[in-house]
Amino acid sequence: MKVVVDLNRCQGYGQCVYAAPKVFQLKGSEILAYDPAPSDQWRDEVERAVHACPVRAISAEFDNPPVESASTE
Amino acid sequence: MADPSSFAPPSRIVVAGASLAGLSAAKRLRQLGYSGDLVLIGDEPYPPYDRPPLSKQVLTRRLSTDTTLPQPRDLDIDWRLGVAARGVDLTARRIDLANGDALDYDRLLIATGTRARPWPKPDEASIDGVLTLRGRDDADRLVPRLAASPGRVLIIGGGFIGCELASCCREMGLAVTIVESERVPMRRALGERIGAFMAGVIRDHGVDLRLGAMVERIEADNAGAVAAVMLKDGKRIGCDLIIVALGAVRNVEWLEGLGLLTSARGLRCDAFCRALRANESPAPGVFAAGDVAHWPLVANDGHLVTVEHWGNAVEQARMAAHNMLAGDITGMRIHQHLPDFWSSQFGLNIKCVGLADSAEEMAIAQGSVEGRRFLAVFGRKGRTIAALSINSARWLPAYRALIEEGAPFPPIEGAVDQPRMRKEAAGFASIDT
Repeated sequence: MKVVVDLNRCQGYGQCVYAAPKVFQLKGSEILAYDPAPSDQWRDEVERAVHACPVRAISAEFDNPPVESASTE
Repeated sequence: MADPSSFAPPSRIVVAGASLAGLSAAKRLRQLGYSGDLVLIGDEPYPPYDRPPLSKQVLTRRLSTDTTLPQPRDLDIDWRLGVAARGVDLTARRIDLANGDALDYDRLLIATGTRARPWPKPDEASIDGVLTLRGRDDADRLVPRLAASPGRVLIIGGGFIGCELASCCREMGLAVTIVESERVPMRRALGERIGAFMAGVIRDHGVDLRLGAMVERIEADNAGAVAAVMLKDGKRIGCDLIIVALGAVRNVEWLEGLGLLTSARGLRCDAFCRALRANESPAPGVFAAGDVAHWPLVANDGHLVTVEHWGNAVEQARMAAHNMLAGDITGMRIHQHLPDFWSSQFGLNIKCVGLADSAEEMAIAQGSVEGRRFLAVFGRKGRTIAALSINSARWLPAYRALIEEGAPFPPIEGAVDQPRMRKEAAGFASIDT
């Protein structure tokens, strides 16, 4: 999947780090480092991070269409 | 001057430049309901990708250099990647590509950005081990060089990219030298005072920072690999890898002689993002956005600026997209963006809103310089025009609002956690007014 964070907007609240620690990391007190092309296995975590961000700074798109749309559950 | 054809809704929009600005414009056009042909031309073979990580976590965390930007699935773009735009016929409304293709357009967005300024001596620039960093290919070349643990990395230029690279090198345990001609690093963006503060931080992290120094020549060994630089003062510094970080050159050469107003500072456009012709009238249907645009900043008394920052690329492209669909000027909006940027290096998060470089005075408004956690404000003609935070990003939105409303300088006094404010000279090179 592809991830980008608007770091002008980011305030370093770190909610993404709790939601998806394999993808987002805080360095020092407020530097956000992230993997721009994380494995799809972290999809649920990244989706949680997108929604958890208090300033809505994270955008993500997944390489494959969402599986939910094909299922009937 | 009315342009009758601009009242007809466009049916083909061509975007020259497939990076952050180009993609942002494409997304905005589709959001606004544009359903016609949308062509994106990019000289690199890659879909739009993000550049800031290439001088940061991609290097230190050894992540993939694939920083492709997230892209909605339904953009329906006709991609022309790996082929550069070669010229424009403003009368015929046609853009020519390097592969011989020609595309008619109703609207054209020029977002061809910049490239790394090369080392000025081509024979030295081509020495094995002399690199630059701007794009993904550059990062692909740099990553294995850094992984091979060079004995010393020498960075020519102490601007943001140079300092971020030096920070990465130190994080990887590499010896690194920065050679910078100014008295402080990053002076153009930070000014003398904050630049001097950063010099201390950089040296504390073990960087050999040579200020007021210039590289006279680059030397190779017998095998043709880089061996050393000779400084203008005669000092010689041995090194195994050189990264030339001398800023950027705007990609306007392909537009020269075609009737558009271009210079080394970029392609002139007006506040509506319309590209201007040599007589300063808008070129019909042609717009510009991002690093290549040279535009009047309303917040700065209409001074012409070129803003090579991520946030402007997004906002200006979105405004250009809006105005491309607006018909005539009555439906267009002014690009009023307050420039902003960030950098992270040596454990510090540096963020700025406003263009500090025209400031006359500055003051530390929050926190303390010694504690390496503070916010500085910059003033010009009694107004606050910029604010810069060091590890204090959460203060910044409040100051952004003050800058946007034209607050006096200094804007907030007497806050409980505020140091006693002392106004100082901002320490930028003299600005023509």
